[in-house]
Amino acid sequence: MSILAIRNLSKTYQSGSRKLTVLENVNFEIQSGETISIVGPSGSGKTTLLGLCAGLDSGSTGSVVLNGQALEKLNEDQRAAVRNKDVGFIFQNFQLLPTLTALENVMVPLELKKRKDAKEKALELLEKVGLKDRATHYPTQLSGGEQQRVSIARAFANEPKILFADEPTGNLDTETGEMIERLIFDMNKEKGTTLILVTHDLELAAKTQRIIHIKGGKIQEDTHA
Amino acid sequence: MPDFNWIFKMAMRDFRKNLSRLLLFVSSIVVGIAALVAISSFGENLVKDIDNQAKELLGADLVLENNKPLGDQALDSVAVAMASEVNFASMVAFPKKDASRLTQVRALEGDFPFYGKLETIPVEGDADFRSGGRKALVEKTLMAQFDAQVGDSIKVGAVMFQIAGELQKVPGQTGITASVAPAVYIPMEYLAETGLVQYGSRVEYNRYLQFSPGTDVDELIKPFEDQWELDRVDADTVEDRKQSTGRSFGNLSNFLSLVAFIALLLGCVGVASAVNVFVKEKLASVAVLRCLGVASLDVLLIYLIEIVIMGLFGALIGSILGTLLQFILPVIFADFLPVEVTVGISWQSVGFGLLTGLLVSVLFALLPLLKVRNVSPMATLRPETADSTMLKDPARWAVIVGILLFIFGFSFFLLKKVVWALGFTGFVLVAFGALWGVGKLIMWAVRRFLPISLSYPWRQALANLYRPNNQTISLIATIGLGTAMISTLFFLQNQLLQEAKFADKEDQPNMLMFDIQTPQLEEVRATVTDRKMRILQEVPIVTMQLNEINGIDKKKNEEKPDEENYSRWLYNREFRVTYRDTLITSESLTSGELIPLGARGDSIFVSLERGFGEGNKFKLGDELIFNVQGRPIKTYIGSFRDVKFNQVSTNFLVLFPNGVLEQAPKFHVIITKTQNDRQAADVQSEIVREFPNISIINLGTIVETLEDILGKISFVIQFMAFFSIATGILVLISSLIISKYQRMRESILLRTLGASSGIVRVINTLEYFFLGSLASLSGILLSFMATFLLGKFVFEMNFSLAWKEGLVIYLAITGLTIVLGWLNGRTIINQPPMEILRGNG
Repeated sequence: MSILAIRNLSKTYQSGSRKLTVLENVNFEIQSGETISIVGPSGSGKTTLLGLCAGLDSGSTGSVVLNGQALEKLNEDQRAAVRNKDVGFIFQNFQLLPTLTALENVMVPLELKKRKDAKEKALELLEKVGLKDRATHYPTQLSGGEQQRVSIARAFANEPKILFADEPTGNLDTETGEMIERLIFDMNKEKGTTLILVTHDLELAAKTQRIIHIKGGKIQEDTHA
Repeated sequence: MPDFNWIFKMAMRDFRKNLSRLLLFVSSIVVGIAALVAISSFGENLVKDIDNQAKELLGADLVLENNKPLGDQALDSVAVAMASEVNFASMVAFPKKDASRLTQVRALEGDFPFYGKLETIPVEGDADFRSGGRKALVEKTLMAQFDAQVGDSIKVGAVMFQIAGELQKVPGQTGITASVAPAVYIPMEYLAETGLVQYGSRVEYNRYLQFSPGTDVDELIKPFEDQWELDRVDADTVEDRKQSTGRSFGNLSNFLSLVAFIALLLGCVGVASAVNVFVKEKLASVAVLRCLGVASLDVLLIYLIEIVIMGLFGALIGSILGTLLQFILPVIFADFLPVEVTVGISWQSVGFGLLTGLLVSVLFALLPLLKVRNVSPMATLRPETADSTMLKDPARWAVIVGILLFIFGFSFFLLKKVVWALGFTGFVLVAFGALWGVGKLIMWAVRRFLPISLSYPWRQALANLYRPNNQTISLIATIGLGTAMISTLFFLQNQLLQEAKFADKEDQPNMLMFDIQTPQLEEVRATVTDRKMRILQEVPIVTMQLNEINGIDKKKNEEKPDEENYSRWLYNREFRVTYRDTLITSESLTSGELIPLGARGDSIFVSLERGFGEGNKFKLGDELIFNVQGRPIKTYIGSFRDVKFNQVSTNFLVLFPNGVLEQAPKFHVIITKTQNDRQAADVQSEIVREFPNISIINLGTIVETLEDILGKISFVIQFMAFFSIATGILVLISSLIISKYQRMRESILLRTLGASSGIVRVINTLEYFFLGSLASLSGILLSFMATFLLGKFVFEMNFSLAWKEGLVIYLAITGLTIVLGWLNGRTIINQPPMEILRGNG
């Protein structure tokens, strides 16, 4: 079953009198439970593509259908509701809310879903990422690896159908990075989530079932493992 | 539908970590709210006290007043007690000092005041004064001026009196009244003996009546009002006095509230500017929340709740401070208050403060806060897209309109007139706009014209002013406006005094002798010329009243509807008029011409002062019939004159041509110039000794009185301006704390690159120096403009640049900014670099 379908997607920015095309006529489809990587050099358009796929932004032309819903037909608040229901995110720079404790950070998606057991569920996830004892710590009191583990727990909290990860190990040392990779893949497997990774790390990309190579805003290659 | 429970929970979570920062934001409004609550509470208590002490304000149940003896009145027999007073301006001599001064002599008979008392030192002074004999009570300002003691003698007219007591307080009189016309009470039985009441003397006859308790005085006097009206008798009851005093102080309280409101608006600029920084720092978190699926309105509400809580908190602190502050207001306003003011908590004012504080913090915080609605979740991946301009956001314009409506609504609430409220709103816009413009202009000029050859610390310090989030412009606006208020006052006060002293130049008169009777004229002339003083003007004065205006006499005028009739005052007033066919230096014609008698048949053409004419809607050719000692004289308005009232000179509302009033009873004024203070004192003593009925004003006395009054007024205004300066300082402190982390990073970066602590210190000091300079210079520039405009259009003075005073203010404000910067920056320079790298700074 298709969880994400991209049809003729293009993104153009107007820079003064100049038109800048970042993505051009992109097409692909991802099946539920699939793990894929989007790889490419800096400025190739991979982050823009991730943003469009996750409904963080809308394309100039074309369509993005996420879990059966055409995102271009929704306004920003409706897309936010879709993200809360179906999407999880892991960012390169963790993006934890600095004024919330680790536990509260994980609770946010659950509370947005009005889950009564938000705290218990969040604690359970923190335990899974090995940070139950740091639940009351604020992001600034955690190391980079710990922050990313909280971010992973938060990403899985709303039991998303699809998980987007933007360079999830880019800000970490090799050892911590490997640990984070393992955690993402293990949890992804356990929850049966679709995973879309953006990375320039080919070793990491190789761990996914499918790799989309992008360059100059166009898909160069779409390979299955 | 927003989930308010969750939104509130999120707000509280965010609040925990931002408490100290949010406190800084609202600290800016604390002073403004405190000022508002203090003034409002004070005003409310004052009105209550005026109500409670209304009888003491008047000293009697009814006061009848006329400019001729009152004779027997029908109500005299109803009264349970009665007192009479004759009061007039006259010279009083202090023989011990061989000096004299123009005072308000009050000849008293009876036990006035019936309510309240004449407070004296010693306490028994009042009783002693009433016990009989030639005794007087003398106002404390006079006692101090002439170093007089109880028991000393004074000479009023031809009679010597012994001072029985120093007057501390007279019912209904304020400190300002005492400065302008200090009173001397003498027993009525010696009035005739003084010889002071002569033709032309401007005398007021008062009768004070007390009725049995429970009498409805307003009802009681109704049958007599028409007759009093015809006889030009003024009747003042406790209720009248209560209303007029309440109205005056209501106006004063509203004016002061507007000044306090300006301080609050300055604080609001601080709030908006600080929330702007807060929002910029929150943009990343907003993007994350949007990414996680939070609706834009919910995000806005999360931060708005924090602002509402802090706004309420700031307003609460302000209200508490304001309530405490009102305890010192009776001391500040002591010279203006006619009653003893009690202080106490006014819940209405506290509620007003809370509501205002909440409203302004929300309105002004919304301006930057609205930005969070437009943050794209894409900013989590591309942070540079987070900050957006909002020029086209209709919600932002709605908030701006809301702010303007609030300012208008608030001023309308105080001023009760749409035009005035619009004027005040316009003034606020212009003042803030001008400061913003001046700030921008100076900053542009600094950047544009600063030589590149300047050493590095200077260039770096200047560059720091343009640092993102530095709030430079809002600091210039807040500190600048505070500076502008204080310095305008300072410059204006100075210029008024300069102008008064400047009048003492070569050909300008500096002494004025009035109430000279015709038989005394020759001798007075001789006394003046014997001392080699020139007589600059000799002016005959005839008193008269106005009987008819364009055929409408007093009675007909009363019958006309309010919008059509002439002011009742015109018919009741005693006009003092002179005659001549030429203008003097303080006059200039604005329309018509001076028409001598006989130039157009036998018609008499008079000239009116322009303001007086315009105020009463008179036109050229209007017919005025004057009553000169019982003889009607028909005249026509031939011209209007502008009269400068800022010279030592006699100025008249009505000027007759020669040939009409020469035979009428009259008195004279002589205007002369003394060479020095010694000569002025000598001639004054001699004239007062020889002719006690003649009153003398010299420039020295005018300047002294002016200094005294300006001193008292400016003390109050400076006190109010202090709120604006204090707000400016709070905004400065808050801005310094907000940018502390950024400054620390810069300082460490500089030190890592090899700059010594000394260099960093120099850069920081120079930055504060530039900031203080820009703010104070903008304020001083604005105040120069305000002084120029006020001087030109209100006081009709020539503008002179008070650069010395400006320099003092500039140095003070800039110095204060540097000191505050240093105090805040001590920890910045000593911070170890590792703290910053760890992000714990």
